[in-house]
Amino acid sequence: MLLLTCPYCGVSADETELSPGGEAHLKRFGPGSSDEDFEGYLFMRHNQKGVHFERWRHTYGCGKWFLAARCTASLEVFGTYSAQTPEPPKEIIEKIQAKRPDWSLT
Amino acid sequence: MSHRLPQGGRLIDKTRTVSFTFNGQKMRGVAGDTLASALLAEDQMLVGRSFKYHRPRGIMASGAEEPNALVGLGRDARFEPNQRVTTTELFEGLEAQSQNHWPSLETDIGVVNNYLARFLPAGFYYKTFIHPRPFWKYVFEPIIRQSAGLGKAPKDRDADRYEHFYAHVDLLIIGGGIAGLQAALAAGKLGKRVLLIEQTAHWGGRAPVDGIELGGKSADAWIAATVAALGKMKNVTLRNRTMGAGVYDHGYALAYERVTDHAPMVDGPRHRLWRIRAARIITATGAIERPLSFAGNDIPGVMLASALRDYIVNYGVAAGKCIVIATNNDDGYRSALVAKEAGLEVAAVIDPRPAATGDLIEAARSAGIPIKQGMAIAEAQGGKRVTGVKICAQDSDGSTGEVIACDAVGMSGGWSPVVHLWSHCGGKLIWDAAQACFRPDPARPPLSHDGEGFVFAAGAADGHATAAAALASANAAVGAATGHAITTRLPKVAEAVMGDLAPIWIMPARANIQKRAKMWLDFQNDVKVSDVQLAAREGYESVEHTKRYTTLGMATDQGKLSNINGLAVLADALQAEIPAVGTTTFRPPYTPISMGAIAGEARGDIFQPLRRTPMFDWHVAQGADFEPVGQWRRPYCYPRVGEDRHAAVTREINATRGALGLLDASTLGKIIVKGPDAGRFMDMLYTNMMSTLKPGRCRYGLMCNENGFLMDDGVVARLDEDTFLVHTTTGGADHIHAHMEDWLQCEWWDFKVYTANVTERWAQVAVVGPKARKLLEKLGSDTDLSAEALPFMAWTDAKIGGFEARVFRISFSGELSFEIAVPASQGLEFWETLIEAGAEWNITPYGTEALHVMRAEKGFIMIGDETDGTVIPQDLGLDWAISKKKEDYLGKRAQARSFMDNPDRWKLVGLETLDGGVLPDGAYVIRAGRNANGQNNVQGRVTSTYYSPTLDRGIAMALIHNGPDRMGEVVNLTDGKGGQIKARICSTIFFDPEGEKQNV
Repeated sequence: MLLLTCPYCGVSADETELSPGGEAHLKRFGPGSSDEDFEGYLFMRHNQKGVHFERWRHTYGCGKWFLAARCTASLEVFGTYSAQTPEPPKEIIEKIQAKRPDWSLT
Repeated sequence: MSHRLPQGGRLIDKTRTVSFTFNGQKMRGVAGDTLASALLAEDQMLVGRSFKYHRPRGIMASGAEEPNALVGLGRDARFEPNQRVTTTELFEGLEAQSQNHWPSLETDIGVVNNYLARFLPAGFYYKTFIHPRPFWKYVFEPIIRQSAGLGKAPKDRDADRYEHFYAHVDLLIIGGGIAGLQAALAAGKLGKRVLLIEQTAHWGGRAPVDGIELGGKSADAWIAATVAALGKMKNVTLRNRTMGAGVYDHGYALAYERVTDHAPMVDGPRHRLWRIRAARIITATGAIERPLSFAGNDIPGVMLASALRDYIVNYGVAAGKCIVIATNNDDGYRSALVAKEAGLEVAAVIDPRPAATGDLIEAARSAGIPIKQGMAIAEAQGGKRVTGVKICAQDSDGSTGEVIACDAVGMSGGWSPVVHLWSHCGGKLIWDAAQACFRPDPARPPLSHDGEGFVFAAGAADGHATAAAALASANAAVGAATGHAITTRLPKVAEAVMGDLAPIWIMPARANIQKRAKMWLDFQNDVKVSDVQLAAREGYESVEHTKRYTTLGMATDQGKLSNINGLAVLADALQAEIPAVGTTTFRPPYTPISMGAIAGEARGDIFQPLRRTPMFDWHVAQGADFEPVGQWRRPYCYPRVGEDRHAAVTREINATRGALGLLDASTLGKIIVKGPDAGRFMDMLYTNMMSTLKPGRCRYGLMCNENGFLMDDGVVARLDEDTFLVHTTTGGADHIHAHMEDWLQCEWWDFKVYTANVTERWAQVAVVGPKARKLLEKLGSDTDLSAEALPFMAWTDAKIGGFEARVFRISFSGELSFEIAVPASQGLEFWETLIEAGAEWNITPYGTEALHVMRAEKGFIMIGDETDGTVIPQDLGLDWAISKKKEDYLGKRAQARSFMDNPDRWKLVGLETLDGGVLPDGAYVIRAGRNANGQNNVQGRVTSTYYSPTLDRGIAMALIHNGPDRMGEVVNLTDGKGGQIKARICSTIFFDPEGEKQNV
């Protein structure tokens, strides 16, 4: 059972307190967008084995959504950060690269 | 014969006898016995039958690894099957029944399988029951199911109580042997919060049995002093009878405490499941002795050498009077010495190593024990108990040799570290060739959230064969787990120096097939050396496949004794190295845990929360027939004496349409959306325009998800310029609120809006029917509720009959209707006031079914009936509620996708049967011809179908291919019984199409 720290209330929360929300940093495509863009937004996911940016909600806690950078294979958590972040923050990327020098944000 | 010795037994009190029954027969043990030691003391060597061949089975082990001695314990509501006698502490009045035999343990018809064993090899079922195909369903499967399973499932509801505990610790130490105790001492002195758990009732593990001295004292004295010292540390918690069941992600662990199994007369929960979050975990889970594979190694009286020793030292019970020990390592000699010291005859130690030397071997020789080096057991002899062993050279085929008479055989094939808990969460193993075992690979531990290893092995579980090494590894594990230098002193250890074992996987080395077919690997499931070799010949190379094909290690003991021996045999057959073959996957729990412990307190009334409206008790008092709606319980109808559901629903509808009905609508979701950008946000949430709604007015709206599918509907009221009140479906309140928060927090975080779910803040009552306004006028209102002042789809605050209320002119029934919200605390009183005042119009409370029928008569859709997550509003003819003006709303882009935008879809229409009958729920509309699977082609399906009391005939709604273009067409529907029903496509609005009744 995963342990993630909610960046809002600071609680180190059990997975049972949280709801998963799938991949983070999706760019929304609305009316007028091309079929390809909309398909990508609605359906296409990285499904990464390795570093993954994902959405979680502290449902049975403060109720806030937040984002996490986590390795889907080893389950290592590199950090959690505010949901109001359009792209992975620099310090999270640095943390990941400190542990995985070969990794880069693609 | 097995018997109680006149002396010895460090865990028993011979002055206190304990009575129990085995298969109804009265027996006696003493305080401190396990059921196993008490049975052996009574010479009950035969305790069960094996699963497949019904072979006689005796006690094999002394702990959790026991594969054979499984019994049913207790009776009726306290009956539990498949309990290991070795881990069952004896108590006065214990009742045990042996398993898997008929008619009796001594005389078992099923043993015929034993004589057919030659015809029942590995994969027998797969090979035999394939043809003829129809036989599987009608002949083979029923017979196999009849004979499957060991113990019988209990029939009664469990009478005991169970509970969960939660614990958060810095360090969880699993295993209370000397390594675990030393680790707890070291960590305790660092000030860490430590939880130390031990699966048995006793601390110290094997050290006292092995005659080791610690700190110049007996092991028992050191253990007692250490436990006492730990007991004084406030930061250390000790729990015995608590098994580490599983290790999971990020330091989560489950432990299983058997609180009162040993003392059922004591009040309290029977089992307790500990849900532990530990920053770090040390597994000091010891090691399990391996059996040796020789012919007849399953005959009662043949047991693990360490178990034979345990029974003598711990319980003063000897497995026999004349003992033979077979061992490929020095530790086996300990058992010979213990037996000799206990006054038993030790006929021989059979050691396949040609020239082993060491302290223990010399001690055995000095004690006058005959030692047969380079020798093997060619076969054990006997039926329901062992009578002797034939011995031969290990390097032979075992065809010739002398017979040594004996009535007990102790075997030791070396020790396997208990790596289960290390492995549960991904810890990897390395092969230790010197000790012929897998042990934890410290370079590849399970990883925690911080990317660091969180499990550390210590003691025998880490592959340390001596007490000195085990204790040192405990300090090292605490150091590694905490990052501190450990200064806690290690006791000085006095123990025998031991030589290397010889990895002997079958004995003798060149045994023929007849012998290999009698060498048991898995004693419970009857898997032999020959079965694994056969699997290898048939092409099974993966250990996981071989396991499933042969059922090796798939019994209730999960292969604790058989796994390593089995995979060594497999590796040999495949001519591969053991580490290349690898192990099967270790999965929790370590030993079986009770279903009751998993459920904990969550059963009966507290299985899940029950949500009640403020008027719930009134409904109960009226004899309402309830139905679950999510976690709510809502009245389905209010049947009167002599009425069935149908009659009650019919009466409720007629009364409501005729005069006055009352519905408890409190479960309706109520969400406040407030802020300067509330209108903008509402326009994104709903398909229609909400920002233009005037305060004081209501509007029906549809909510879609980003895929374009309809997810909820309801009436929105604008309370003021900044505030909307969103009504959701009963089941939708929580997830719609979550949906709003998701979009507000993660996409439109610049919107100045907040939301609050106030569903339970209000009690809501729908006053429905032609007399609705008259009732409110009778109660008196400070606000004009006339059609002019409060028209349809308006709302107002009002004081009605003294109640502060909010009144909505909305209708889900097609009648004149006021939905009135009052504070929840006044809900019941308000409801009772309405009931009393409405008596002159025969006011009738109605339930959810009347609500459903009346909305269907009006053609109103119901989320979950007309929608199923794949339906868009356009399918339901709700285009009028979809704004063409708005640039964007959730689902707008998806609804523009080519197949959504296509008019060629299943669309909602009404259906009326030609004979006036009621269509079955979920009936399909059939199209000519059959599909590739030989089924009817379909062109639609019924979404709602009811008997309409108003029209006195069946009405239905259905999604039908291009339905609205086919008005008047007669279609065929399935009747659910193989036949068909004809119905005519019509409008969805069956009653009052102009809305004259609601607009008054």
